[in-house]
Amino acid sequence: MTTLHVVPGDLLPPPPARRHLLSVGDLSRDDVDRLLATARSFARSQERDTKKLPTLRGRLVVNVFFESSTRTSSSFELAAKRLSADTMTLKASGSSVEKGESLKDTALTLSAYDPDVIVIRHPQIGAPHLVARVTDAHVVNAGDGKHQHPTQALLDLYTILSALGRLEGVQVAIVGDVLHSRVARSLVQALRLVGAGVVLVGPPPLLPAELAETRFDIAAIRDADVVYVLRMQRERMEEGASYVPSLREYSARWCVTPERLSPGQKVMHPGPMNRGVEIDPRVADSPASLVVDQVRAGLAVRMAVLYDLLTTGPVLVEAAVGVA
Amino acid sequence: MAPILVGPPGADDLLVRGARVLDPVLGLDAVLDVRVDRGRIAALGERLDANGHRVVEGAGRVLAPAFVDPHVHLRTPGREDEETIASGTAAAAAGGYCAILAMPNTDPVVDATDVLRGLRARALEEAEVPVGFAAAITVGQAGQRLVEMGELADAGAAAFTDDGKPVATAGLLRRALEYSAITDRPLALHCEEPSLTRGGQMHMGRVSAELGLGGWPSLGESLCVARELSLARDTGRRLHLMHLSARESVELLAAARAAGVAATAEATPHHLCLTDEALRSLDPNLKMNPPLRGADDRAALVDALRDGTIGAVATDHAPHAREEKDVPFEEAPFGVIGLETAFAALNTHLVEPGLLRLETLLERMSAGPARSFGLPEPRIEVGAPANLVLLDLAAAWRVRAERFRSRSANSWLLGSTLRGQVLLTVAAGRIAYEA
Repeated sequence: MTTLHVVPGDLLPPPPARRHLLSVGDLSRDDVDRLLATARSFARSQERDTKKLPTLRGRLVVNVFFESSTRTSSSFELAAKRLSADTMTLKASGSSVEKGESLKDTALTLSAYDPDVIVIRHPQIGAPHLVARVTDAHVVNAGDGKHQHPTQALLDLYTILSALGRLEGVQVAIVGDVLHSRVARSLVQALRLVGAGVVLVGPPPLLPAELAETRFDIAAIRDADVVYVLRMQRERMEEGASYVPSLREYSARWCVTPERLSPGQKVMHPGPMNRGVEIDPRVADSPASLVVDQVRAGLAVRMAVLYDLLTTGPVLVEAAVGVA
Repeated sequence: MAPILVGPPGADDLLVRGARVLDPVLGLDAVLDVRVDRGRIAALGERLDANGHRVVEGAGRVLAPAFVDPHVHLRTPGREDEETIASGTAAAAAGGYCAILAMPNTDPVVDATDVLRGLRARALEEAEVPVGFAAAITVGQAGQRLVEMGELADAGAAAFTDDGKPVATAGLLRRALEYSAITDRPLALHCEEPSLTRGGQMHMGRVSAELGLGGWPSLGESLCVARELSLARDTGRRLHLMHLSARESVELLAAARAAGVAATAEATPHHLCLTDEALRSLDPNLKMNPPLRGADDRAALVDALRDGTIGAVATDHAPHAREEKDVPFEEAPFGVIGLETAFAALNTHLVEPGLLRLETLLERMSAGPARSFGLPEPRIEVGAPANLVLLDLAAAWRVRAERFRSRSANSWLLGSTLRGQVLLTVAAGRIAYEA
């Protein structure tokens, strides 16, 4: 049977009664270190034949996805299952949302089942905050509009740490449509938090200068340890938007190709990839690519997030999962 | 021509005993008794005979000219679930207002005399304080054809405005300015360049970049302000700039006024008290148009209010149904209510920290807005109609949804504690509110 032990002298002040993960801004450096260490333990537990842990038995994790998602929704669901929690996944299509039910009412309906955690993805900024206001569950933001995607940032840190053995001082070049990217927003904050450097590379209208140093020339990626490629969305070229004149010009200038990379660089992408648009297929399939590692990290990190929210304070995870 | 303000007839008798009587325009600041006979100020002095009137104790309190709000959305006709003439004017009375101007962006739009006459008739029946109704500049606020300004002015239109959006083109605004010379009513302008503000959810700057919310840049306002001021100069007509938010706009206005352009302007309590940093909470009650801007913009607004470049505080009281604001930030409509909290918010955030003198605030909430719209200025002098507000500056109170007289509760101040309470409002000679 699992027993939790509190590490003596490692007790933080009592956390607020109900913690959420709405934004990377909610996290301290200690939180990040703790979550990554927890994820590491869970990743090791996933190398065993029996992958299920009894840790969250009897808990209910509800996933509510108002936007399409492969990686995030499947990994949250699997993370909850591997921790023995009950899970329920609700998608906007096929639910009362299609009948015009408001997010508030959907949240109230789900909260009638007393979920311990509500994981929500929604196209509108502030949706997870609304759910946090109207329910008693811990809320995890699985992506709200262009705002935040904190578990993506955590899994990206985890992936970088695993590949390079460090975070502090690592240089990351984020390439592409930063303006419309919640992934980039969360990642920039997370990299700052752990002392990594970041430069934004891409077309000027898509790089908010308030976020980080910006460079327009793709050659700027050569100095980075990690090249983080963002998805380029077609709607950015639509009439009236005109962030870039055409996909053709975008690819010609900013597609990450083998020729534009330096030896030893790692390449990441949050998915889904547009091969041939923002990333050359030869790069996507090369040993430099950490894309599959990111997906794998997603499971361990999301297990860690669920576990962390439902336990209070820093707990010795090795004891909890039985691996030392 | 019809009078601009319509409201309940009143001729109350009253004696306010021993208040600090403060009329910034008259330079009056003394502890006095003020007696109101049949709705008019009849005597100012010490130890006045009550003449059998009701006596209100004023010791330790401030008695000032009641407030005038030139920018209120009464949502009537069309959205009476959000506000009515009765509820909106009751909120105004509770906020210390003796007169308000209602905006015409209703459903239907106030763009014809029959709509205007209907509203004025209803106001006569149900308003708690006198209210004036602004008419649209263009039919349906569609930015195509001018309304019949002459007829509407004769029927009592208080001003002309397409508030909620800018007048579509410079050419149309030029015609409107020229033609409005047949009336004595000002044009009030919402300054926004739509091609720069499309998709905008908040001020464009560091905070919007970090939050990922669509940016509504300062230039989206100031570019349009420059257009309006150029047209005012060119036509020699006066105009009023609504809810200014950006430093650049204020600087353009100051320069134009110095050059003799007859432009007046207003600022809202929320723009005077808050900055875009507050948006990090993603509270839908912090979403308004124009958006909250940076600290430097806020400082420019306060400076302009102090030196009179901005002569009026206007609440832009914009009620929204609870279900419309109880949604994710991005989905929420723009606008917040403000009538019942304006004085207390500004007293707490500007006067108490020493950013603005009490006398200046009182002037900008009363005589200033009245002057901008050619309305009678509330005065505390013998013979004047009684338009009075009794204030307890030291009273601290908590803003709670259930206390609002407004039908809506979309206030950015919910849950906060303010200092400065309205105890009594006398509007056009009638006691309209008592705490």
